[in-house]
Order: sequence, then structure tokens, then C-alpha cells
Amino acid sequence: MEILLTQLFNGLSYSSFLLLIALGLSITFGLMRVMNMAHGDMIMIGAYVTYSVQLIFVSMVPESLFDYYFILSIPIAFIVTALIGLLVEKSLIRFLYARPLDSLLATWGLSLIFQQIARMIFGAPNVAVTAPSWLNGNVEIASVVLPYKRLFILVLVCLCVLGLYYYLVKTTAGRRMNAVTLNRPMAASLGINTRKVDATAFALGSGLGGVAGCALTLLGPVGPTVGTNYIIDAFMIVILGGVGKIKGTVLGALCIGLLSTFTEYGTSATIAKVVVFAFIIIFLQWKPSGLISTRTRVLD
Amino acid sequence: MAKSTKISFSILFLILALAPLLMSDFRISLLAKFLCFAIIAVGISLIWGYTGILSLGHGVFFGLGAYAVGMYLKIQASPGGIPDFMQWSGVSELPLLWKPFANPVFALFMMIGVPVALAFIIGFFTFHNRIKGVYFSLISQALVVVFVTLFIGTQELTGGTNGLTNFTTGFGVYLTHPVVQKVLYYITILILLLIVLISLWLTQSRAGKLLVAIREGENRVRFLGFNPTTFKVFIYCVSAAFAGIAGGLFVLQVGMISPEMMGIIPSIEMVLWVAVGGRYSIFGAVIGAVLTNSAKTFFSESYPDMWLFLLGSLFILVVLVMPNGLVGVAQSLYAKWFRFKTSKKAGGTSYDANTNLQ
Repeated sequence: MEILLTQLFNGLSYSSFLLLIALGLSITFGLMRVMNMAHGDMIMIGAYVTYSVQLIFVSMVPESLFDYYFILSIPIAFIVTALIGLLVEKSLIRFLYARPLDSLLATWGLSLIFQQIARMIFGAPNVAVTAPSWLNGNVEIASVVLPYKRLFILVLVCLCVLGLYYYLVKTTAGRRMNAVTLNRPMAASLGINTRKVDATAFALGSGLGGVAGCALTLLGPVGPTVGTNYIIDAFMIVILGGVGKIKGTVLGALCIGLLSTFTEYGTSATIAKVVVFAFIIIFLQWKPSGLISTRTRVLD
Repeated sequence: MAKSTKISFSILFLILALAPLLMSDFRISLLAKFLCFAIIAVGISLIWGYTGILSLGHGVFFGLGAYAVGMYLKIQASPGGIPDFMQWSGVSELPLLWKPFANPVFALFMMIGVPVALAFIIGFFTFHNRIKGVYFSLISQALVVVFVTLFIGTQELTGGTNGLTNFTTGFGVYLTHPVVQKVLYYITILILLLIVLISLWLTQSRAGKLLVAIREGENRVRFLGFNPTTFKVFIYCVSAAFAGIAGGLFVLQVGMISPEMMGIIPSIEMVLWVAVGGRYSIFGAVIGAVLTNSAKTFFSESYPDMWLFLLGSLFILVVLVMPNGLVGVAQSLYAKWFRFKTSKKAGGTSYDANTNLQ
């Protein structure tokens, strides 16, 4: 029973982390039909921002305040990656609208460049981020050990999802984003500036990637290619959940996270990868457009 | 077949055939490796340029072909028939999976058979459900992750991260002998020639025209009474077979194969070769593979740090500035200089990717 609960918690924790990465991808793909392979590097940049904030705190801020660096680094990572995302959108992505395959190749190239820049600034070896002391330790509920770090990530992701949901459903800007996702020409003819919506969405998606990078520093060391490890799982979530639907992305992340944690526990990490992949292929036989999809009469 | 294609291929193969007279053995062995890559590129041009399916997973087919031949060579090279890495993992008898690979004919057969079988399974279950475009690309990329993890994870069967290496003899000859290497180079040229001829014939045929039709409007093809799934699975299998053959030739020449060579980055680089040369042209695919890899060798020898920047920029440049690759650039230059002559031919295969969003 304890083992089951522990695995359930680990699965939830892994799902929530993947969800944070997949959200940004899902929004941008749903809206612009652009596959952003450089999204993984937003995670990497977010993680390095956290590392840099930590270095600055070590050298410039009194030691008693050191523990607060992590709280500060989350908004900083969000802002930095969102700005980089905006820059990428303005300089590259806007030429690639509705060309998913081309955007995939071009952003892959961008990703290589980002990784090389990171390698030149921070060096090829991994760097470690010291977690603030208030995140060390764990709480035991019904003899299941829950580390604070993982709980923190879980809460962070919940806040992000709720915030995003609020933004998309309640605010004017978010509703515009929804409208453009559903029907671009119609939204444009009703006076919505679709270019602006696209840029905002891309910045928002990249910012979420940055926050994911922040969370990643709690789980392990940071290297230039750290994002690539997660990006493909995140894409699988987007495919499984259905494109452009937050609800679908959440469900997809839960499926993949739980399935992979449980199979990994029962067998090995290798088998888990194979099982998850087979599951996705089989699942798509049943629902080719993902868990949640918009009904449409449009053919292609 | 267009006259220009005939002429360009004749010149290319003439240069390749004469190259050993002018270049050192080391350069020739590099060139032979690039020609293996050109074989993969032809397959990718068929599936991506002609049919519009972007596969980011051709590294797997290349790897499977290479491992099939590698297993045979490894058994040949191991005294007692049990490969060294198996002995380290405490395996005392050749696993059942390996046993048939002691037979070279079987190994060569599996070099094509395994990739085709995998392509058939994956292709059927995705294309059948009309999973296409970027979804298929991402699934094919996930396939790479699965296979790389699988090959690294089953160390006692596949040699793990190190892969298969330290081959000595195969098919009764010493593989590292200079004469054997030169013969292998010519065999590679012949196989490339054969594959180019098959592909050109295929693209001229009715089936080839249907592939282009699927690229331009899959539903229209369906409404005309054809089943696009059949054609897509077929062309996916063909290009997987080409990649498998290339893998087998690669392992004979280079003498090693490891999971790293079939990973995500090599797989997507394969697509880049084709994009650089010109995805709508078989000739473009061949020269794209040779030129991109020559550039890679040159830059990684001289400026290793700059190579990734160049590679990254190349991806962006090819997509934004020259979607039809070097062949496209050559065509438009040709059209500019001899405008009066070729006003019709120049536009050839321009492909308008800016379809509307909905």
C-alpha cells in the first residue's frame, strides 16, 4: 500500500513537471501551428537563470537572505525566458506560421545555437544549484515520504495551471487568444490583432518553460542539453492530450507521468520508455486526434 | 527523366569513380562514408520531398541495418563465437537472437528486413489512422528515443553504449585491408547508383506521381479513389530499406556502430542533408549529403566550437531562405542567366507551404 502511494506521488510529481513543459508547447502549437523545438532550451535558460541568481545572491546579498533567492528566481526566470521568447517570435517564428514541419527544423537549429551559447557562457560540464534550506527535508503522511522539493513543484505547477486557466477564461487578452486558436480569420475580422496575440502567447509559453527550468534545478544538475531530455516526452503529452486544450494537456501529462513511473517501478526505465511509446501508438488508434479535440467540419 | 538530371548524375558518378586516383586513402574512406549517408538521403528525399512526410526517425532504420551486419561481423571477430561484451556480462552461450546472424546471407537479408518490418508496423498504425504532418514527425522522433534507450539498456545483447566494434574479417576478407576498402568504396558507388536509378524510375512512374499528389492534397487523392495509406506505408518502407542498406555498408567501412550514431541528432541531421541539397530532387539529396558532411568534417577538424553554430544557422537558413536547397538556388540562377531558354522549366517544383491556417 505504501509502495503504491509512494509511486502514485512520484508519478504525480513527474507528471506535474512534464505538464509545466507541455503547457507552453500546447498553447503555441494550438494557436500558431508552430512546433517549437527550442522550447527545451527555454527550460535550460530558466535553469541557468536560477543558477545565476544563486551566484549573485552568494556574492552580493547577506547570507541570512540566501534562502529567499529561489522565490525571487522564479519570476526572474519567467521574465527572462518570456523576453527571449518574444525576441525569437519577432525574429524567426513569424516567418514560419502554419508551417509546422519547417518550423520544427528551424527551431531545432535555433536550439543548437542556444545550447552552444550556454556551453560557451557556463561551460560544458553540469552545474549544481543548491536548494534553499527550507526545501530540504520531507513530510510523512501515512508512512509515505513526501519530499518538500517535490511538493513545492506540485504546488508551483498547480498555481501555474490555475493562473493560466484564469488568464484564458476570465481575462480579455486570454479570451482573444482562445478566439484566435479556434478560428483565426474570424477572430481577425472581428478586430482582434492576431499578430499581437501570437507574440503574447509565444512569450507566455516560453515563460512557462523558464519556470519549468527553475523547478528542474530542484531535481538535478543543469547542463546545456538538459531541455532535450524532456522535450520529446512533452511533445508526446501534447499529441496524447489533443492540441491547444489545457484540459487535454493536463490529462495527457497525468497519463504519461503515472504510466511511466509505475512501469519503471515494476520493470526498468528502458522498458518504461517502450511501454509508454506503445501505449501512445495504441491510444492513437482509438482517438487519433488526442484525448480532447475540437469538433470541426474542416477537412484539412 | 529530365536531361539536366541525367547530365548531373553522369558527371557526379564519373567524379566519384575517378576520385580514388586523386585522393588519399583516408579521404576516400571518408567519401565512402558520405556516400552511405547519400543513400539514406535519397530515401528521405522520396518520403519527405516527394510525399511530404517528415520522418525524424531514420536513424533507427540506419542503426538496425548497421546492427544486423555488425552482429555478423562481431561473431566472426570473436574467438569461440561469443562477443567480448557478452563474456563481460557473464553470458556463456550465444543468445538465440544472435545465432542466425552467424550466417552472412541471413545478416544481409535482415539488414533490409528488420527496418522494413519496423517501418511497416509504425507506418501502418499511424498512416492508417490519418496521423500525419507534424504528429507523425514527433512520433518518429519518439521512436528514436525508444530504440536508443532500448539498445543502451540491453547491454548484454547489444553491447550497450559502446555498440559493436573491433571487427576483423567478414565475408572471408580482412575489412581494414586497403584493397578491401577500395572495393567497398566501389560497391557503395554501385549500390548508390542502383538506388538512384530505382528512385528516379519510381518518381517517374504513376505511383510516384501519386506520392506527389498525396503531398499536395491527400484528401483529394482519397476522393479520387486511391488509398493514400498504402502508398505512404510503401514509400516509408522503401526509404527504411535504403537506410538499412546504408547502415550495413557503413558498418563494413567504418567498423563500428553504437546507439549514439542512430540518436536524435544524427536522425535530424539526415533531414538537414536533404534540405540543404534540395528536398524535391534526388540529385539534391545526394550532393546535399556529401557536401554537408564534408563541411562538417572540415569544420569539426578546424573549428569544433563553430560547427554547432553553423549547423544551427544552416537549419534556419535552409528553411527561411532556400526552401528548395542548393538545387533550387542553382535552378533559379540558371533561369536568371538563360531566361529566354528556360522560362517554363525554372519554377519546376516550387511548393507553396503557406497554406491557410484553418
